[in-house]
Amino acid sequence: MELIPALYVVLPLTGAFLIPVVGYFVKDFQKILSVIITLFLLIYTIWFFAAGYDSPVITKVGGWEAVDGIPIAIYLVYDGLSAFLLLTVSLIAFLSTFYAIGYIKRFTAENNFYALLCLMIAGMNGVVLSGDIFNIYVFLEIAVMASYALVAFGTEKRELEASFKYQVLGGIASLLILFAIGLLYWQTQTLNLADISLVLRSGSHPTALMFTQALLIAGFGLKAAMIPFHAWLPDAHSSAPSPISAMLSGVLIKAIGIYALLRLFFNIFLMTYEVSLLITVLGALSMVAGGLLAIGQGDIKRLLAYSSISQIGYVITGIGIGMLIVVNGGNKTIAALSVAGGLFHLINHAVLKGLLFLNAGAVEYMTGVREFKLLGGLSKKMPVTATTSLGASLGISGIPPFNGFFSKLLIIIAAVRAEFYTLAALAVIMNFVTLGYFLRFQKEIFYSKEEFIGKLLYNKLPGTMKFSMITMVILCVLLSLLVIPCLRDIILNPAVEVLMNTGEYALNITGS
Amino acid sequence: MTVYIMCFILFLVGLYGVLTRHNLIKIVIGFSVMEFSCFLFLALIGYIENGVAPIIKEGLENPVYVDPLPQAMVLTAIVIGLATTAMLLAIAIRIYKKYGTFDIRKVNELRG
Amino acid sequence: MNGMTLIVKKVTQLMCGLIFMYGLYIITHGHLTPGGGFAGGAVVAGAFILLILAYGSEVVYLKKEETQTSIIESVSLLVIIILALAGLFFGTYVFFNNYLPQGETGKLISAGIIPVYNIFVGIEVAAALLTIFLALVIYKEEVKT
Repeated sequence: MELIPALYVVLPLTGAFLIPVVGYFVKDFQKILSVIITLFLLIYTIWFFAAGYDSPVITKVGGWEAVDGIPIAIYLVYDGLSAFLLLTVSLIAFLSTFYAIGYIKRFTAENNFYALLCLMIAGMNGVVLSGDIFNIYVFLEIAVMASYALVAFGTEKRELEASFKYQVLGGIASLLILFAIGLLYWQTQTLNLADISLVLRSGSHPTALMFTQALLIAGFGLKAAMIPFHAWLPDAHSSAPSPISAMLSGVLIKAIGIYALLRLFFNIFLMTYEVSLLITVLGALSMVAGGLLAIGQGDIKRLLAYSSISQIGYVITGIGIGMLIVVNGGNKTIAALSVAGGLFHLINHAVLKGLLFLNAGAVEYMTGVREFKLLGGLSKKMPVTATTSLGASLGISGIPPFNGFFSKLLIIIAAVRAEFYTLAALAVIMNFVTLGYFLRFQKEIFYSKEEFIGKLLYNKLPGTMKFSMITMVILCVLLSLLVIPCLRDIILNPAVEVLMNTGEYALNITGS
Repeated sequence: MTVYIMCFILFLVGLYGVLTRHNLIKIVIGFSVMEFSCFLFLALIGYIENGVAPIIKEGLENPVYVDPLPQAMVLTAIVIGLATTAMLLAIAIRIYKKYGTFDIRKVNELRG
Repeated sequence: MNGMTLIVKKVTQLMCGLIFMYGLYIITHGHLTPGGGFAGGAVVAGAFILLILAYGSEVVYLKKEETQTSIIESVSLLVIIILALAGLFFGTYVFFNNYLPQGETGKLISAGIIPVYNIFVGIEVAAALLTIFLALVIYKEEVKT
């Protein structure tokens, strides 16, 4: 039982290094191995939820027990928040890998694609499970390095330029995080997250701590693509191959950006009014600016990338409202409602935006172009893509009974009950703007009268691509069932409990 | 205390190099300077007054060692920095082949 | 690319063996002196890279070399993972355990399984640095022709 967290990191890492060795001799080995690994992790995560969860599973790497109550080993911690994020990562990873079997045939170096994909999954799992702040940095770099190579996979002009921009900006953010880790070690003399939490709650070092918090918000905010750190996202997510766009926009910016902010600012640092206000303001700005910038785009994947910035703004606004209520000493149930809305929108957006990027990939696979001006009237020749895309567009614009409606409803209700009327009004207005540009997205690609000029490159889509898209649209409807109390108690509530009981994380780890 | 502020000033010098130079390779060099300032900062944190290097030798009774944990962190960070630089340079030489120039003012096809 | 002059070739012929031995010393004494896997691996890779730079890239079958070093790198990393998982079966039920007998401090054969990890990490780092160098040289050859 103690070895479960280590399995999530070791298995994709072994797969990533087995694929170049054995795939050189055996044909098709890489596809089968990647699908098996991602499917195994998904089934294991669902079984972990179904078997019940009562206390965090802690793995001490190397077996070094705590000395005098001070933890000295590297810890891997599997609690409610990590389990929720691992469910998201495993789900989107399995569906993207399955889709990639049909899509990647046109590139030549297929071996390296699957190896890099497994490495990225290993890195993301490591960030979510790590209980040690320097280990977060190491796994973050592994995941992000694999994503730099995957964005430039096609080696055309635009993809190389997008990858270079992404690398420079992402590298500066990583160095800011390293600098902040150095400052944290200087003040607390320990690297373990639970121990840092205990040391910070018993003393106070005001100025250096605020500087560290500012550096961490800047570094992880760039990884999560908040405004004003969003400049790399439209280029990188529109130039990557489509299954990688779905993985990047669906899970990478959440697992390494938003998860780190949640873990550090709820459980480790004491919440202050300035930080909560900053996070809420940045979330509201992302919500508005991302939506407004998406209106005039001419490229289908660039519109989806700007829409990602807007939806991540919803998640951060939900979390920021929760932090502000807790700091002001208000009603804890409203704060829990807001944080639950934010987390629910996180998994909803992963599935919806993943499905939209896979649809855009299918359109590009068949027609070879990505601009709105040249596309049109494809609903007759690509019925599966048109239907699933309609479902995803309605879901992300907040139309019941799809899942986007329930998560945005939770955030707006919490904002109104906590008397943040401006935020609630902004959320409702941006929802209608989202509906506007997604209806344009649907009309101009699938349902317009002007037909697509030119001929289709293939006769029909490969079966694996259709399977992934149909599964995701069924998930969109099924995920709205998470609002029912019995399912909510199994999946969402453990994550919200970990965040709301801010001191429990340290006590759970140093107590056991 | 002044030593740590000078490390931060070196970080800002590297950042100036990344932001204002037009050649791709000079951006990579500025990035390297930023990395080195972070390593220097991490290694200086572990210093204890009158400490010796943390290696067990015969002939010294009760020595005061400097903190070895930041040194382990710097080793790991150097490996990561190497991988980042190699990745940046590989993309830079491919950009040179496709665009024909190293000037970033001419490498701007993605806009808007 | 072309090789260098005769003096550089002769000096490299004499020195590269010594550099390789020095790298091996740093790797194997990683638990006694500063260094260890990564630093020693970088020095060993430096010995090979020096040879290729001095003699020019025509004397090497570049593509075959690159495949070989890539496979060596992946295999040694798999051996490290297998060694880490083998700690589950010997001794206690723990990942990454240090399970070989630990001798006295200061001798060469001591400290459990750490020297074995150092050796494999050294091989892996040397192979990885060589693969990066050969990949860049191959790309340059393709661009020129």
